[in-house]
Amino acid sequence: MLVIKNLHAAIEGKKILRGISLEVKPGEIHAIMGPNGSGKSTLAAVLAGRDLAEVTEGSVTYFGRNLLEMAPEDRSREGIFLGFQYPIEIPGVSMVNFLKTAVNEHRKYKGLEPLSASDFLRIMREKKELVDIDSKLANRSVNEGFSGGEKKKNEIFQMAMLEPKLAILDETDSGLDIDALRVVANGVNKLKRPDNSAIVITHYQRLLDYIVPDVVHVLYDGRIVKSAGKELALELEEKGYDWIKKEVDNQN
Amino acid sequence: MAVNSELTELYSGIYTDNIRRIREGSTSFLNAFRDAAFDRFTTLGIPTRKNENYKYTNLDLFFRHNYKTYFIPDESDFVKAEEFRCDITDLDTHGVVLLNGFYPTINGKIRTLPGEILIGSLNEASRRFPDLVERHYGKYAKSNSDGLVHLNTAMASDGVFVHVPQGSHLNKPVQVINLVDSTEDVFNQHRNLIIVDDNADLTIIICDHTLSPQKFLTNAVTEIYVGENARFNIIRVQNEHNNACKVTHTFIHQGRNSYSSSNNLTLHGGLVRNNTYHFLGGEGAESSSFGLYLSDKWQHVDNLVSVEHAFPNCTSNQLFKGVLDEMSTGAFNGRIFVDPKAQGTLAYQKNNNILLTDDAKMYTKPQLEIYADDVKCSHGATVGQLDENALFYLQSRGIDKREAKLLLMLGFAHEVIQNIGVEALRERIDNLVMQRLKGELSRCASCMVKCG
Repeated sequence: MLVIKNLHAAIEGKKILRGISLEVKPGEIHAIMGPNGSGKSTLAAVLAGRDLAEVTEGSVTYFGRNLLEMAPEDRSREGIFLGFQYPIEIPGVSMVNFLKTAVNEHRKYKGLEPLSASDFLRIMREKKELVDIDSKLANRSVNEGFSGGEKKKNEIFQMAMLEPKLAILDETDSGLDIDALRVVANGVNKLKRPDNSAIVITHYQRLLDYIVPDVVHVLYDGRIVKSAGKELALELEEKGYDWIKKEVDNQN
Repeated sequence: MAVNSELTELYSGIYTDNIRRIREGSTSFLNAFRDAAFDRFTTLGIPTRKNENYKYTNLDLFFRHNYKTYFIPDESDFVKAEEFRCDITDLDTHGVVLLNGFYPTINGKIRTLPGEILIGSLNEASRRFPDLVERHYGKYAKSNSDGLVHLNTAMASDGVFVHVPQGSHLNKPVQVINLVDSTEDVFNQHRNLIIVDDNADLTIIICDHTLSPQKFLTNAVTEIYVGENARFNIIRVQNEHNNACKVTHTFIHQGRNSYSSSNNLTLHGGLVRNNTYHFLGGEGAESSSFGLYLSDKWQHVDNLVSVEHAFPNCTSNQLFKGVLDEMSTGAFNGRIFVDPKAQGTLAYQKNNNILLTDDAKMYTKPQLEIYADDVKCSHGATVGQLDENALFYLQSRGIDKREAKLLLMLGFAHEVIQNIGVEALRERIDNLVMQRLKGELSRCASCMVKCG
C-alpha cells in the first residue's frame, strides 16, 4: 500500500530525514518511536503533504502512485488520514459544516451524490458514539476551546467519519490522561478493518498496550535504526533510547 | 489646514442657494438649528486627510462633484418606494421606506403601533410631537467636531423618527429601507431620531440600497437615546454600488444599566465611512460595537468608533473584521475614552483583517485615552493572510484549497455575523457574505443595480 524509499527531507535547508525506507502492507499496524527531534513528525507531515518540509531525495508510492505529486486534499480523498499532534483551532467554522464539507468532497471524488442532511446527521451520531465524544462539541467551532483530550478525540472522530485506508497518528497519545488514552485507542481499534493500515507515531510505549503493532521502528537522527516486533517497544520503555543512540553512534 | 476650503465653499454655496426652500419644507423647530449649524460647518469644513480622523479616507473622490440636491420629493416618487419589498421572506418587520432621505406620504406620515410606539417621519414628528423631538434632537450630535455632522443639521429636513415609550417593546424589529434612486447624480442628507425610553426595547435594521446607477453621495446622521434599563440594537446592512458614497454618523447616548449594540455590515459600496459614537452616560451601561466589511476593486471602507465611558462600572466591546480583496483599502479607528470618574470600566477592542492580495491595504489605529485607575482595557489589531496551518488542516481532510479558503473566510466573518440577533437576517447575511466571498455578486433579488 505504502512504499517509502530512501526518503530525505529538509526544513529550511536543515536536513531532518536522512534516508527512510519503509513498507506498509494492507492490514498492518506500524509503530514509529524515537526520541524528540528524531524526525517523527516531519515524516508524518511529508506523507500528508504539508509543504513546510522539502523532499530532497527518495520516493513515496501509495497504491503504485507517486504520493509526493499529489495535493494534500487528494491524498485525503485517496484514503490517507493524518491525526495531528496539535490539532488546529478554527474559530467560526462549525464542526458540522466542516465535516459535511469534508465528507461530501470525499463522496464527490468517488462520483457519489452528496449526503442528505438527515443521512449525514445519522452517520455523525453513530460515529460520535464510537469515540465517546460529547454531543455539544459537534455544535462548536472546530477545536475551538476544546481541552487537549477533546482535541485528540476529535481527531479520531474525524477519522471515523472519513474511513481512511491509511491512518497516520502523530503522537495522538501526547497530553492524554489514561482514560482519554483508552477512549482514543478503543476508537482506533474499533475502526480497524482487515484491509486498512495505520502508522502510529508515539514517544511512549503505553499507547501500544492498547493498539498492538505488527512492527515497531525506531527513528533516530532522521533514519530508521531498528525495526522489530512489538516486544521492542517494551524494551525501549524499560531501557530508554540511550542504548540505541550508543549503538548507532558506535557504528558511525 | 485640515479643511478643504474649496469643497467647503462648494457646499456652502449649495446651502445658500437652497436654504429658502429647505426652510419652507421644515418646521420652525428644525429650522432654528440651521444657521448655527451652518456657521459651525463653515468653521470645521469638509475634512481633508490632514484631519487625523480622516487620515486614510479621501472624500475628494466623491465630494468634488456637481450633484443635484434633492429637497422636495413628488408624490409619484413614492409609488416606487411603496412598491419596494424586502425579499427576505421570513424576515418579519415593521417596514419603513425612505426615498432619497424622505419619508413617503402615502400611508400617513406617522404610524402608531401597540404600546403607543410611534414610527414615522421626523419632519412630521417635529410638528405633531414637538415635546418629544425637542427633548432629544441635536443634543447628542451638537458638540461633534466633524463638519459633516453640522452640514447635515444645517440642511436635512426629514428622516425616520421612532419613539418607544417607557416599558414598551415591539415583538418584531423595525426595518428602515433607504432607497436612493434618481436619473441624475444626487447628494442627499437625512436625519434620524430614535428615542427608546426607560425599560423599553427596540431593534432596528437599516438597509441601504441604490436603485439606479447614478453617482450618489449620502451624508446621514442618526441620534439615538437609550434610557435607563433600556435595550437597543441597530443593524446596518450596506449594499450600494461602486459609484455611491455613504457617510454615516450614529450617536448612541445611553442611560444607567442600559444595553446597546451596533452592527455595521458593509457588503458593497464605492466609499463608505461609518462614524459610530457610543456615549455610556450612566452607571452600569453596556455597549457592543460590531462591524464587518468586505471590499474589492477600488472600494474603500472606513470605520471610526468612539466609545466614551463617562460613568463608573460600564462595559464596552468593539469587534471589527474585514476581508479586503484586489486593490481595495480600508481603515479602522477605534477610540476608547475613560473619564476620571469612570472607575470599574471594562473596555475591549479588536480589529482583525485579512488581505487577499498584495495590493489591498488596511490602516488600523487604536486610540485609548484612559484617565481613571480602576480600568480593565484591552485592544488588539491584526492585518494578515489566511492561517496556513488552518488551511492545511482543512485540506488534509479532503477539502480543496479554494473551498478551504472560503470556509476560513466565512468563519472569520461569522464571528461578527453571529451577533445579529434577528435569525432570518443573520442567515441572509451569512448567505450574502458567502456569495460575496465566492466572487459572485451579493445582492438582494430586489436590487436593480448590476455593478460587476
